Amino acid sequence: MLLLQALINGVMTGTLIAVPAIGFTAIFAVLRFPNFAIASYATIGAFAAWWANTALGLPVIPALTIAFLAAGLVGVVAEETALRRLRGRGALIVAIASVALNLVLENLVRFFFGNDMRGYDLPLMRDLRLGELRIGPQQLQSLALALAIMAAMFTFLFYTRFGKAMRAVADNPELAQLKGIDPGRIAIVTVFLGAGLSGAGGVLIGLDTSIDPLTGYRVLLSVFAAAVLGGLGSIPGAVAGALALGVAEELALIVAPATYRTAVGFVAILVMLTFRPRGILGERAT
Amino acid sequence: MLSYVIFTLTICGIYALLALSLNLIWGGAGLVNLGLAGFFAVGAYASAIVSGAGAPVLIGWASALVAGAVVGLVVTFATLRLRDDYLAIVTLGFAEVIRLIALNERWLTNGSDGISGIKAPLKAQLGIEGFNLFYLVLVSAIVIAVWLLLRRLDASPYGRAMKAIREDQQLAAFAGKDVLRFKWQAFALSAAIAALAGALYAHSQSYISPDHFEPLITIYIFLAVTAGGVGRPTGAVVGAYVVVIFLEGTRFVTAWVPALQPVQLAALQQILVGVALILVLHLRPQGLVPERIPKAPQLRPPET
Repeated sequence: MLLLQALINGVMTGTLIAVPAIGFTAIFAVLRFPNFAIASYATIGAFAAWWANTALGLPVIPALTIAFLAAGLVGVVAEETALRRLRGRGALIVAIASVALNLVLENLVRFFFGNDMRGYDLPLMRDLRLGELRIGPQQLQSLALALAIMAAMFTFLFYTRFGKAMRAVADNPELAQLKGIDPGRIAIVTVFLGAGLSGAGGVLIGLDTSIDPLTGYRVLLSVFAAAVLGGLGSIPGAVAGALALGVAEELALIVAPATYRTAVGFVAILVMLTFRPRGILGERAT
Repeated sequence: MLSYVIFTLTICGIYALLALSLNLIWGGAGLVNLGLAGFFAVGAYASAIVSGAGAPVLIGWASALVAGAVVGLVVTFATLRLRDDYLAIVTLGFAEVIRLIALNERWLTNGSDGISGIKAPLKAQLGIEGFNLFYLVLVSAIVIAVWLLLRRLDASPYGRAMKAIREDQQLAAFAGKDVLRFKWQAFALSAAIAALAGALYAHSQSYISPDHFEPLITIYIFLAVTAGGVGRPTGAVVGAYVVVIFLEGTRFVTAWVPALQPVQLAALQQILVGVALILVLHLRPQGLVPERIPKAPQLRPPET
């Protein structure tokens, strides 16, 4: 029973991590650098939804939409002002600039909202019980929302013209350009989606706990781990990696103290890179 | 005021060692270490624990060097074969794990309370003021020694091979250089220098806790190395002094801004650091002391 409960919890947290992990891996697939600023995009999304929820009294779904749009817009503006002109200088330089960008954005949130923990204003609900298993309705709702977001994302990528163009650029930028796809436009849309997904992920993760300026940074390592486990740049891989990580974290908690939760992601990355660097569904890593 | 200046200059020296460490691996082999704060912590704790167990301070520093190099090899074992962005992700995770261990393994690190009463060499004989001055001289001398060593390394065939790997590792491998071995050695040496900086820090403060090793330090050092000039030890040292003075300066400037909460002032300072790093990357990527890239030697036509 303990094992089954761990499995259920793992799938639930994994599904939530999958949302920002898709954002991170999509940006990596198209722009070819690990964007550390997604931590602050997640935080910004979480705070935008919190503001919509507590100040405007909006329920979860509209608040989540506002979070997606706000984080996406901030992401595009930040990318265009701080990162775009560095692209020609190699992935590492852009990655370092994104670390600096993350610091700036995280502290802008801190400047305006302070370090206090804030909670969403949501109706309280009793845990559902199935025999000995417990499932929170709030978690169930977050799970459904995460699945809906992922379904929308996959429909966009695999069935729309723009989504196909995005995948073409990820696959082979030169060839895509030859076919008349404008890589600049694709980059902007990818950053908007990637940052928006991170923002939505920040809300989903904050819904059943609380949020503060470090909300995004705390899940950054899990997001990286999910993306690396699945294979950097692979969107289905990010989902698979997130689920695997979520279950691994819960299983590890049976033997290790809860404070080491984030360390599981690190160990998972090391093990994966040692034995199968391309990840579950990824391309070559060398 | 004098003790403030001495204290700041000591921190400058410790940051200069961290910057030299980063410059060796980034400017030398073209790898990034986003876990610098983690190696800094490993050295500080190693020396504090070993000297706390009764060993002399010098043995503590030596064990910091060894611990840094060993941990560096463990962290990079899986990743150096892969694309460089993997190393960035792994090292960031490493720093976080070190912080978790420092927080949770109370038997070893005393958790969030930290380790206090770390031995300060010769403090009893010199008195507080004398010790601070002595320690500043000591740290500065170590900075100069490491700086000379790395400059020497830069100019040696070894350093040239490393920069060849940075520029084009396939070509370097083709020229017969064992790329992986170079990267491992460079990373281990770089990690050892960062750990030494940590050990020096621990014994100057005589108190360390997980709060002293925030990821923010890594960003300060990246700012120092980019501002100073990636690829040149002199640049790293200059950059570290500039950054510490800049950080101290922003403290004075933000103190003048009226009607702000302390948390807002702290946020403002960090925003300035982030903006400075982005601006340097955009406007002066070569830094204050640009790397000198020697011309390729003229090939004489073969004598007939």
